[in-house]
Amino acid sequence: MTAVARIRKLAWIEAKLFVRDPLTLVFTFAFPLIMLFVLAEVFGNSTADRDEVVYRNIGAIDYYVPAYVALVAAAVGLVSIPVRLTSYRELGVFRRFRASGMSAWTLIAAELAVTALLTLVGTILVVVSTAAAYRNQAPEDVAGVVGIWVLVTAVFAALGILLGAVLPNARAAQGLGTILFFVMLLLCGAGPPPEVLTGPLRAAGDVLPLTHAIRILQDPWLGFGWEWTPLAVLGGFLAGSTLLALRFFRWEPR
Amino acid sequence: MSVVVADGLRKHYGETVAVDGVSLRVERGEIFGIIGPNGSGKTTTVECLQGLRRPDAGELSVLDLDPVHRGAELRRRIGCQLQESALPERIRVWEALDLFASLAADAHDWHGMLREWGLEEKRNASFHELSGGQRQRLFVALALVTRPEVVFLDEMTTGLDPAARRVAWGLIEEIRDRGATVVLVTHFMEEAERLCDRLAVFAHGRILATGAPAEIAAASGGGTRLTFSAAEGELQWLNGLDHVDRVTRHDGHVEVVGTGPVLPLVAAALVEHGIVPDDLRVEQPTLEDAFLRLTGGEE
Repeated sequence: MTAVARIRKLAWIEAKLFVRDPLTLVFTFAFPLIMLFVLAEVFGNSTADRDEVVYRNIGAIDYYVPAYVALVAAAVGLVSIPVRLTSYRELGVFRRFRASGMSAWTLIAAELAVTALLTLVGTILVVVSTAAAYRNQAPEDVAGVVGIWVLVTAVFAALGILLGAVLPNARAAQGLGTILFFVMLLLCGAGPPPEVLTGPLRAAGDVLPLTHAIRILQDPWLGFGWEWTPLAVLGGFLAGSTLLALRFFRWEPR
Repeated sequence: MSVVVADGLRKHYGETVAVDGVSLRVERGEIFGIIGPNGSGKTTTVECLQGLRRPDAGELSVLDLDPVHRGAELRRRIGCQLQESALPERIRVWEALDLFASLAADAHDWHGMLREWGLEEKRNASFHELSGGQRQRLFVALALVTRPEVVFLDEMTTGLDPAARRVAWGLIEEIRDRGATVVLVTHFMEEAERLCDRLAVFAHGRILATGAPAEIAAASGGGTRLTFSAAEGELQWLNGLDHVDRVTRHDGHVEVVGTGPVLPLVAAALVEHGIVPDDLRVEQPTLEDAFLRLTGGEE
């Protein structure tokens, strides 16, 4: 069997394992959808009767849909990947795989494939369900959105592999991953609109990758044109976490 | 022909020396045992042979491959049952077999393995639903599905109840009968004595003895013990017999300790002297006796 076929087989098994775990399934797919629909119902899509500029001066639903596509990528990357990697190391799954002649690259490639698949499914759920319910704005620049989606997925996958590399066990990964996820949700523009955050909160949000991921996905989606700062920040996160993950990744418990 | 060779293997973790100059050879088709107390370097030795750990010094060769530099290639040709390793909880039995079978070009048809190892009924069960014995059978099936030439089994029967352990012994003999060489790490003497063609006794990272279980028992088990009752009378002449090491006498009971053909020599001499005890008993040294003497009773 070729390496590609092996990667496909392992990725498919990983995807099935993901579906069999109700907790991560709900967290990754259902939670962002529920949040999104609550926000959409509360804030609607009208820009009339606003005293100040919020939501980048567009309808809240148009604002939140690309933001929640980014949030799905964050949920997969920050929680699902680190929990899986740390528990595999803890339980000795990596040992067994390695001892059976499965190469490290097969595992990493399968992990990236399943990450892309899960993020894609979550993205389709968000986009299709909101489009059906609200007829919100469709992407203006489809190729731009797809390209940025790939970048955002890769950034959170790399962060997830880094967390999986440095955290000692699945409990730590679950705890820290969940905290990071909620902090980013609240400070990066997937909860309160960035304009209403106070100065320090905004400053904190600006150093987190989700802020830039949301902004850079909204730009081509809503036709705002390109911005280089978020692109550079995300490129930095991708390169930095990939290098650190390669440096610190271990197959064996410490 | 040796399929596993270690020569002067050394490995330390920080200050602790785990393996301190181990040399051994495993011949094709045998079950080779590695026995020793906890922390004696058994698992480290096996993990170095599998290429999972890098030795500090020593020459290693498994199936004529160097585990350090060609570990990945080697691991596709060997089967491993590792200590402290598991599968994802929710993976199904058939999925695990299908996945592991995909690692070798000429793997067995895993459907047949399900039947052979009594897992047919459990093919759709999750790993976490399996009993200890079923897990062992699955691990053995996974280790064998790629048609390995050498199989390493590390503490395979630890944690099994006695009945499941007997079943596992049958599995191990079956692995060998199908043509694979087996390296068995264990701390159960009974298991080593019953299964192994040859074994190495480990302690403190060194090998204290190597050979067939009976050879080791005879050489290091403290000799054969003969006991019988004898009325008062002169028995000093027993000390003069060949192969007799020691004679002790206590309240009409006599104990003779010796080696080799001590039993027929003593028996014949007793008859010659007109002593014909009807309670002559023989205790052969066991592997466990040898093990305890060699390792100084630790464990």
